[in-house]
Amino acid sequence: MIPLAWYIALSAVLFTIGALGVLVRRNPLVIFMSIELMLNSANLAFIAFSHAFGALSGQVFVFFVMAVAAAEVAVGLALIVAIFRTKHTINVDEMNSLKG
Amino acid sequence: MSLELLLFLILALIAIASALGMLLSRHAVYAALFLVLNFATVAVFYLLLNAPFIAMAQITVYAGAIMVLFIFVIMLLGTEVLPPSPVLPWQRPLAFLLALGLLAESVYLLFFRQRLTLSLPATIDPFSGPKAIGQALFTGYLLPFEITSILLLVAMVGAILLTRKER
Repeated sequence: MIPLAWYIALSAVLFTIGALGVLVRRNPLVIFMSIELMLNSANLAFIAFSHAFGALSGQVFVFFVMAVAAAEVAVGLALIVAIFRTKHTINVDEMNSLKG
Repeated sequence: MSLELLLFLILALIAIASALGMLLSRHAVYAALFLVLNFATVAVFYLLLNAPFIAMAQITVYAGAIMVLFIFVIMLLGTEVLPPSPVLPWQRPLAFLLALGLLAESVYLLFFRQRLTLSLPATIDPFSGPKAIGQALFTGYLLPFEITSILLLVAMVGAILLTRKER
């Protein structure tokens, strides 16, 4: 029998690793992957609570989070490709102006 | 120690190790592959938590579609390894400090304020199969479901517009 707290602790650890990735990495693709990791850890907490309380709404929410994550990745990667076209680099330190 | 507990510990170890691997690997393709491993492990957690539909959606949407898109863009741009750039000397320690603070805060809030003493039921009941999820989606959550389809359409149009050749 696994306590609910363990799943929540695992979710918190994964979220922290994702936040750390956003803070320390310079490659915007890896920063995006860290954001995906954070979304995923939130999904894990949703599913754990859904199982613990016997409520289906948690799983429905995870479904919506997945759809939003897919949309976010499509637009974000398109932005990175567009930035690469104009600046020929994707280092986040170079992205310091709104004008292309 | 029961078998379920052992399984949880091994999977948690793999999940945390693959997340750290993603964080620490210099090569972006390796980071993406570590993240695929992490998503697959979380999908097994979903199976353990009696959510088979979400586990399969995790494999197809996250480990399949999203990560293929990531690897495609990494290889398209040729940005596997970025050239080293000057880093601010205080940035890394500050980031680690902030991450530790976040972890401490969340652990404090979750364990000392909320008292999560609930234990998970181990029985596999059929309440969360694809049929139940579909019924919930198309009755109680019909409007958000339709809005999701519009959101995906908007994302697709936006992605095409952003990567279009300038004329």
